[in-house]
Amino acid sequence: MQIFGLWVAAFFTLGIISFLYKDNPWYKVCESIFVGISAGYWFVTLFWDNIYSLFYLGVAERGNYSLYVGAVLGLMMLLRLIPQIGWISRWPLAFVVGATAGLYIINYFASNIMVQVENTLTPLFADAFNQPTFSASVYNSIGNIVVAVGTFTGLVYFFFSKEHKGFMGGMAKIGIWTIMITFGASFGYTVMSRMSLLIGRMDFIFGDWLQLIK
Amino acid sequence: MKRDMLIYSAILIIALLLYFAVPKPIAFSPTVSYIVIVLIAVALIYIFIRTIQGKYVGRRIVFLFVGIAVVLPFFMTVTQPIRLSPEVKMVYDAIMKLKPGSKVLASFDYDPPSAPELQPMAETFFRLCIERDLKVIIMGLWPQGPQQAEMALRKTMTFPEAASKNYKYGVDYVNLGFQTGNEFVIQRMGSDFKSMFPNDYYGTPYDSLPLVRNVKNFSNIDYSFNLSAGYPGTVEWVQVAVDRYGLQMGTGNTAVQATSMYPYLRAGQLIGLLGGLNGAAEFEKACNKLGKGTKFMVSQSFSHVIVIAFIIIGNAAFFLGEKKKREKE
Repeated sequence: MQIFGLWVAAFFTLGIISFLYKDNPWYKVCESIFVGISAGYWFVTLFWDNIYSLFYLGVAERGNYSLYVGAVLGLMMLLRLIPQIGWISRWPLAFVVGATAGLYIINYFASNIMVQVENTLTPLFADAFNQPTFSASVYNSIGNIVVAVGTFTGLVYFFFSKEHKGFMGGMAKIGIWTIMITFGASFGYTVMSRMSLLIGRMDFIFGDWLQLIK
Repeated sequence: MKRDMLIYSAILIIALLLYFAVPKPIAFSPTVSYIVIVLIAVALIYIFIRTIQGKYVGRRIVFLFVGIAVVLPFFMTVTQPIRLSPEVKMVYDAIMKLKPGSKVLASFDYDPPSAPELQPMAETFFRLCIERDLKVIIMGLWPQGPQQAEMALRKTMTFPEAASKNYKYGVDYVNLGFQTGNEFVIQRMGSDFKSMFPNDYYGTPYDSLPLVRNVKNFSNIDYSFNLSAGYPGTVEWVQVAVDRYGLQMGTGNTAVQATSMYPYLRAGQLIGLLGGLNGAAEFEKACNKLGKGTKFMVSQSFSHVIVIAFIIIGNAAFFLGEKKKREKE
């Protein structure tokens, strides 16, 4: 059974990779089966985790009747399938949007704005404000300067109330360079990630399936 | 159509030959490995010269070279030196500082497509935890995360030093399974783990598991390690568990999102970061437990060299094309 599974997995892996040559029926078959299985897997997982484990067992075994509120909202969401009363689905949607927005505002403001701003406002040549002026190592000092200059010039680049000319233009140019270097680093990491996926599949083909790797 | 069928038949025949006829396993000697490297380099120089002459290569040639660069190192005996970065050492140090018996929460927020990068991290993490006698509580915000954890544990248990520890389910580690709800799950866990995981991965009631019976919320967790491939993942853990509830957390990320984690690392919201396959290899080195991360790094570096070479070739083609256009005008 395990060998059969390996052959099936190899068939689908090669089928998907065959797209690199060109679009073909083998690829189409593999893609369609993948989409179908993914949809089925999600449906089954969410049914057993949400409807059965959380809702049904929550009410029947743990007596948590507040779950009915969520269940009713869920049913209201499904009413969009009936065009005449589809407008009712907007209510649970409004609840979800409101609750999520409320949570996100707090989370993002605290973690991505306040903490990051606080961390950007650091002394250039010291490890902390209560440390002597030149206590930081050269490496850390350079890092602090890069952060300060990069943040400031990056903000200048997005400041459109004044024309980007002269001193302002120079700062904006440094800002765009900073942003481009960031994108470059991000792209480099993305290439690394995609290569890792290919390495994983090739390890499966040549290792697990063909058993050619020591 | 006829040509396509011929190509597919050739792939099938090659695969069958490799499966049945080729002696296994294949391993190149160092001399053969270096000859292969030189041959690839010569081929790249040849393509570069042809490009300068105005004869461009098709995209399939690029794919072929990347494929060769990824596959051939599997059979080579060459190794690559791995340098330990501070962010990886932070994860290692944080785990090493924990006393035996400390409770570690491990959230597996990824699925099989990200396994080549994150699975080696998971295996090394488990090996280190078992070695240090740490108690591991596994969970997942992605449906297939807990399954990945099970696979990593099974692999870990094949190592004699891990198998000899007699790591027991329910006492030394538990798998709470997947729970839907993304960051709302983390939010609820801040007040009560059990409300989100009434039963574990195998259906055992939460209170029947000795390890987690007295674990109410994050205040009972000594360290947390998150393996993340996207949403929900490290960002949500930082925003809710770290910043609100003060959880100490290290993370292993796919390379795609590793760059966006550095601000959290610098701000001290994360205690360590393993970024992509490179991070996995460094973590293996830090723990002195070499595995697939280290092995894959040679393929990774080879493919990067090929990509850089084709970026240079592509740029040469672009600028030559521009020059020719100007000459025509």
